[in-house]
Formats: sequence, structure tokens, C-alpha cells
Amino acid sequence: MSEYQALQASPFLRRGRILAAVMQALLFASAALSVLITGAIVWVLVTESLPFFTQVPIWDFLTDLQWTPVFTDAHYGILPLLSATLWAAGIAMLVATPLGLILSIYLSEFARPSVREVLKPILEMLAAVPTVVFGYFALLFLTPLAKQFIPGLEGFNLLIPGIVLGIMILPYVVSISEDAMRAVPMALREAAFGLGMSRVQMAFSVIIPGAFSGVTAAYLLGFSRAVGETMVVAIAAGQNPNLTGDPREGAATITAYIVQMSLGDLPHGSLVYSTIFAVGLVLFVITLIFNLLGFFLRRRFREAY
Amino acid sequence: MNDLTNARSPAVTTASPLSPEAPVRAQVADLSFWYGKFQALHGVSMPIEDRRVTAIIGPSGCGKSTLLRCFNRIHDLYAGVRYEGAINLMPDGLNLVSRTVDPILVRLMVGMVFQKPNPFPKSIYENVASGLYVRGIRTKSEVEGRVEKALKQAAIWDEVKDRLKSPAYELSGGQQQRLCIARALAPEPKLLLLDEPTSALDPIATAKIESLIDDLAKDVTIVIVTHNMGQAARISDQTAFMHLGNLVEFGETEQIFTNPKADQTRDYVTGRYG
Repeated sequence: MSEYQALQASPFLRRGRILAAVMQALLFASAALSVLITGAIVWVLVTESLPFFTQVPIWDFLTDLQWTPVFTDAHYGILPLLSATLWAAGIAMLVATPLGLILSIYLSEFARPSVREVLKPILEMLAAVPTVVFGYFALLFLTPLAKQFIPGLEGFNLLIPGIVLGIMILPYVVSISEDAMRAVPMALREAAFGLGMSRVQMAFSVIIPGAFSGVTAAYLLGFSRAVGETMVVAIAAGQNPNLTGDPREGAATITAYIVQMSLGDLPHGSLVYSTIFAVGLVLFVITLIFNLLGFFLRRRFREAY
Repeated sequence: MNDLTNARSPAVTTASPLSPEAPVRAQVADLSFWYGKFQALHGVSMPIEDRRVTAIIGPSGCGKSTLLRCFNRIHDLYAGVRYEGAINLMPDGLNLVSRTVDPILVRLMVGMVFQKPNPFPKSIYENVASGLYVRGIRTKSEVEGRVEKALKQAAIWDEVKDRLKSPAYELSGGQQQRLCIARALAPEPKLLLLDEPTSALDPIATAKIESLIDDLAKDVTIVIVTHNMGQAARISDQTAFMHLGNLVEFGETEQIFTNPKADQTRDYVTGRYG
């Protein structure tokens, strides 16, 4: 018997092969499960919103300027909800992008280890604060405070919840982009110093380009979270669908509308009931687009070390 | 360049030809290899003689590492690779690159040491024992005996015998590489592959590894890829010169370095290109 045949026949190695096959099957099953769950969610969203789209023309849905599904004169235009959602998420990104970039560069390149050990956990504690607390913080503390400086700011508005959303997603953004920056090899930092660059020059001309894909992924994930975030905007931005170009006004976002409708007792199968799924589908499409964008950006700018 | 090649004297054979009766450990037969659509090896054929050192040399990108990595199917870790032809492991003639041969079993028979020392984040002892555990060897006395034997074979026993439980990362680069050699030797492989094992080491550590390879060749069949032609000349019995995925010339080391038959080999070993 050759050594290969002996190895093939070895009971120990056979057990190992069986174990490996079982493990591989289990791993595949868990991966398949997550795909199945996603598929099921999409299925529910699409099938439940079908009754809506059979009764409301998709053109009206996309272009009507009013969203009044419970009125007698019902209008089903997504634009008021969509614009409020994008306002809030956009303001959040305006806050989170510069702050997040500065913080992650500081943490990964400038902070002494002792400082980082203190700062990071504090920052991560932000992520542990319940979103409802952020919501009332925006409504009852920040809005009254900001009213003294910003004339015309309404009690419910998009500006303050947007800023609070930005602070809320900051820990996620910083954590992921700092990881990406720290993953840039030391050899590149040494090369930058070797050319006589300062720490700041190194951060901007070597570290950020080197971590570009990770940093972009962090922001796209942050944006997806901001778009999907519910509690803060439902509490502090009001429940009134309002197509506006002024973030000082209040307006219901897509998520706020879904919460509002789910709290009432809607007859199952009614048109109003199916609006929840229709706007949910829109939300899903938005986050899907951003995730795909992140995927392609990462492929385009992938840095292989 | 042309002047020089034309001016050289007619070939005089100083080396003895390959002895036909020398036992062959492995026979590479018309081996081709593809990374996706790129063909990296073109019909390579050569014998690997038993308990001797075979060196593979050639300029960067010539396919020497690719060839070496076929012997234990490390390529199979990456998608889109394809083998054609055979590496027949003697005496059974088992084709190591055949689809029907389990690459994991191939790696149990063929050991490998890589360019950079890559000890596991474990103790010195556990590093050497790793390959034994994989084979189901767990009896304490047997593992201890074989770890000691492998560390002695790799000429590092005296340096580590008092600190077998300390982390392998505490060793110097050269010691780490000898530890990796011991790790590969412990399961008593049929073939030991060395992929530029000294390119990350200083000259003293390199000298230690070279003399170690010399001693090992009494018991183990070694295939080594090296950039360092002096090294190939010093430690190998046979040398293969590769260029652009082709085996240009194969022969006794002395003949390759003193009287190469191909112009390309002559230019390379005399440092005119590469």
C-alpha cells in the first residue's frame, strides 16, 4: 500500500474530512439563511405593496407633490416623505463627514495610545445611547436652544434631528474608517516620513488614499443608517408630510410615516395599509442603491496590500 | 552581447552526465500551469533525485516559484488555476497535480518552507508539533521525541531547548526560519520545498541555513528556489534554469555553472542579464 493510500485510509484523517465537510455545510447553510431572510423581506415588501401600485399609477406616486393617503381627497406622492428623508440624512452627512474624517485621522495617526484608549470607548458609548433618548434630546433640549439663534425655527424641524442623526452615526463612521486607516501598512507611513512629509501631509496624501475604500464604505453605511433611522425623526421632525426646501420646517420622513401608520389601527388589506409597504419599498431601494454604490466604489478603488 | 556569445569557445563537457540509475523521488512530466488565462509554465519536465538538492534558478517572473508551488498544490488556495501534465511521486507514480488526488493529502507528504519566516503565534514547541497534530499524532512521548528530532535536524535545538514554551516570535529572523524548517521536517515529508528560504535573512543566518540544507540532504529530498546563484552553486546537486515559464536547461549543478549548454543559461549564470 502506498503512503497516499495509507493516508486516504487513515481513520483520523477520514474523521477530519467528514468534520470539515459538515462544517462547510453548516457554514454554507448560515450564509444561505441570511440570503433567504433578505429574499423573504424583499418578497413581503413587493407582494404587500403590489395592491398599492395596481391602484395608484407609479407616475402619480413619483411626481405628485402631496402625500395625504387618509384624507378624502387622497394624494399618494412620495416626494414630501422622500425629500424630508433626504434632508435629514443629508444634514446628518454634512455633520458626520468632516467630523468623522477629522476624528478618525486624529485617532489613527495623531492620538497617543493613552488618549485613544480613553476617547474610543467614550465615542463608542454614543452608539449605546437609545435612539429615543437622542430623539427627545433633539426635541426638548437642542431645538429650544437653537431657536434662540435661528429665527424661524419651528418646534418640529428637519435641521436639529439631522444634526443629531449626524452625531448618532458618528461612532459607526469613525470606527470603520479608523480601522481602514490603521490597516494601511506601516511601510507606507515610513515611506512618507522618508520623503520628509509631515504627519498632516502623510495623513492626507498617503493614509486617506490608502484607506479610501474603507472610508467610503463607512460613509455609505452611515448614510444608509441615517436614511433608515426612525426614532429621532419621528419624535423631533414631526408627523406632517411637507414638501419643503427649508430645513427649519418640520416634515415627516418615510420612516416617521411608517411608524405613525403602524400605530393606528389600519384595516389589513386596505389601500392605506399597503402604502406602508410601498414607502418601505422606496426606503429599501434607496439603501440598496447606496450599498451597491459602495460595492462598486470598493471594487474600483480597492487597495490590495 | 552577440560578440560575447560568438566569441565563446566550443562547449567542453566537464560535468558527468546525470546517472541514469540514480533513484528518482519525483518526476515532473510535461507540466503546464495556468493562472486563469495566463500560462505560467510551459511543458516542464525534469527529475527530482532522491536525497539530493535540486535548485531552481532564473530571473524574476520566470515561473520558478510557480513550479515549486505545484509540488504541494499550494496554488489550489486561489481560484482559477489549472494544471496539465504530471508530477509523479515515486515509487508509486502518484500524480501530485491530478484532480483526483486530494491536495490536503499531498501536503501531508510534501513539506514547504516559505520566503519569509512564518511561525504560528504559538510556542516554539507547539509550532513544531502542529504538523504532527494534523496527522493525528498526539501521544505526548512521541510528539516530544519527534519535536526534539526535528529541532536537532534543523540545527536549532541547542538554541531553544531551554525555552520550548516561549513564543516563537521571540526568536530572531534566522532562528524563526530554522524553526519553520523544523516544523516542516517533523512529519518526515517525502519532499521538502524551500521557496527562497534565505532571501529575508542576513548573511550569517543564511550561512547557517545553507549548511543545514547540506546536512539535511543526507535524509531528505530537497527542492529549493533561489535568487542567489552562489547559493544554488554551493548547496545544490542539480540545477534547473527557467526563463519565461520554460525549463531552459537542467543538469548537474557543476555543469550548469561551469559549462552551460544554452546561451541563455550562460548569460544568466555569468550575470549578463536577469
